[in-house]
Amino acid sequence: MSDPARESDDEAKARRGRNIALALGLVLFVVLVFVVTIVRLGASVTKQPF
Amino acid sequence: MAMSEALPNATPTKAKSGAAKAPARWQDFLLLLKPRVMSLVVFTGLTGLVCAGRWVHPFLAGIAILCIAVGAGASGALNMWYDADIDSKMRRTRGRPVPAGRVQGADALALGVVLSLFSVMLMGMALNWLAAGLLAFTIVFYAVVYTIWLKRWTAQNIVIGGLAGALPPVIGWAAASGSAPFNAWLLCAIIFMWTPPHFWALSLYTSEDYKKAGVPMMPLVAGPASTRKQILIYSLFFTPLCLTPCLTGLGGPLYLAVAAFGGLVFLLLAIRLYLSKAGDAGAQRNDDGLYDVRAGAKAARNLFAFSILYLTLLFAMLLVEHLMGIKPLELLR
Repeated sequence: MSDPARESDDEAKARRGRNIALALGLVLFVVLVFVVTIVRLGASVTKQPF
Repeated sequence: MAMSEALPNATPTKAKSGAAKAPARWQDFLLLLKPRVMSLVVFTGLTGLVCAGRWVHPFLAGIAILCIAVGAGASGALNMWYDADIDSKMRRTRGRPVPAGRVQGADALALGVVLSLFSVMLMGMALNWLAAGLLAFTIVFYAVVYTIWLKRWTAQNIVIGGLAGALPPVIGWAAASGSAPFNAWLLCAIIFMWTPPHFWALSLYTSEDYKKAGVPMMPLVAGPASTRKQILIYSLFFTPLCLTPCLTGLGGPLYLAVAAFGGLVFLLLAIRLYLSKAGDAGAQRNDDGLYDVRAGAKAARNLFAFSILYLTLLFAMLLVEHLMGIKPLELLR
C-alpha cells in the first residue's frame, strides 16, 4: 500500500477514483438491500389474512 | 484424458502476488470482472428466467440478473488472480490488469471472494436458496475445478469446465420458479455441447499462445487432425440436441426454424473444418487480431464466429417467443 503523503499526482488521482467507485458500490448495495426488503416484505404483508 | 507432457510447465507462481507497478484505476477492477463474458452470461441467464414462465417482481428479476452477472464477474476476478502467470505469457491476455502490473494479485483475489459472497447471499435473500446454491456451485466450479485444476492438467479442460458457462440459464430458471426442471437442464446441455466445438475451433488457430503458456489445449496434446475430428463428432451431437426444445414444450416455430437452418450451416462448417488443414503448421493466426487468420485456418475461424452467432440466435428466439407469447411446440405429445 502506498503512503498517501508521498504519492504522485497520478497515484492520488487513481486513489480518488477507486474511493469514489467503492463509495458508490457501497451506497448501491445499501439501496438494493433496502428495496429488496421492501419488495419482499410488501409481498408478505399483502398476503396476510387481516 | 491426456496429460500434456510436451508442454512447458505452467506453474502458478510470481505474477499472482506481484506488487502493482502502476496505480490501479477503478476501471482496472472492472476489467477483472471480464465484462464481455459477463454480457453472454447475463443473456443466457435472462433467457432461463423468462422461459421459466413464472411472474417475478421486475425489481427482483433485475436483482437475479445482477447476481448472476456479479457472480460471473467474481469468477473472472478469481481466474485472473490464479492465472496471472500464464496470462503474462500469452499475447491475448498479457494486457490484463494483474499480469500488466496495474492490480496486485491479492487485490484481485479479495475482489473475487467479496463479490462471490455478495452475489450468492443477495441471490438467496432476494430470490431463493436453490438459485443461490447453483450460483455458488458455478463460481466454485469455474474458479476451483476449471481454473485451478483442469485448465493446466488435461486437454478436456474446456469440456468439463464448460459446465460453469452452461449453468446460468438454470440459475435464472431457478431464480424465477424455485425449481430446475428438465427444460432448464436442456438449455444447460445445449451450451455444454456447444462449448467444445466453439473453443477448439478457436484454439486451432491460437494454439501457439497456449503452447507458450503451457496450457494443454486439445490441438497441442492430440494434434490438429484429432481436434478437427472431435469438433465434427461434438457437432453431430450438438446440432440435433438444439432441436429438442421443440419436443419438450420449450421452443416454438421461430426457434425451430433458426435451430434447423443454423444447425445445418453449423454442420457444414464443421465438415469443412474437418476436411481442412486448420491448425497444421502455417495455419496459425496473424498478429493483427482474433479473426485475422492465414488461409489454412479460415475454416476454423468461420466455425468459431458462426458458433457465437448460432448460440446467440437460439437463445434470442427463445426469449422473443416467450416474451411475445408465441406458443411452444410440443412435438412429443
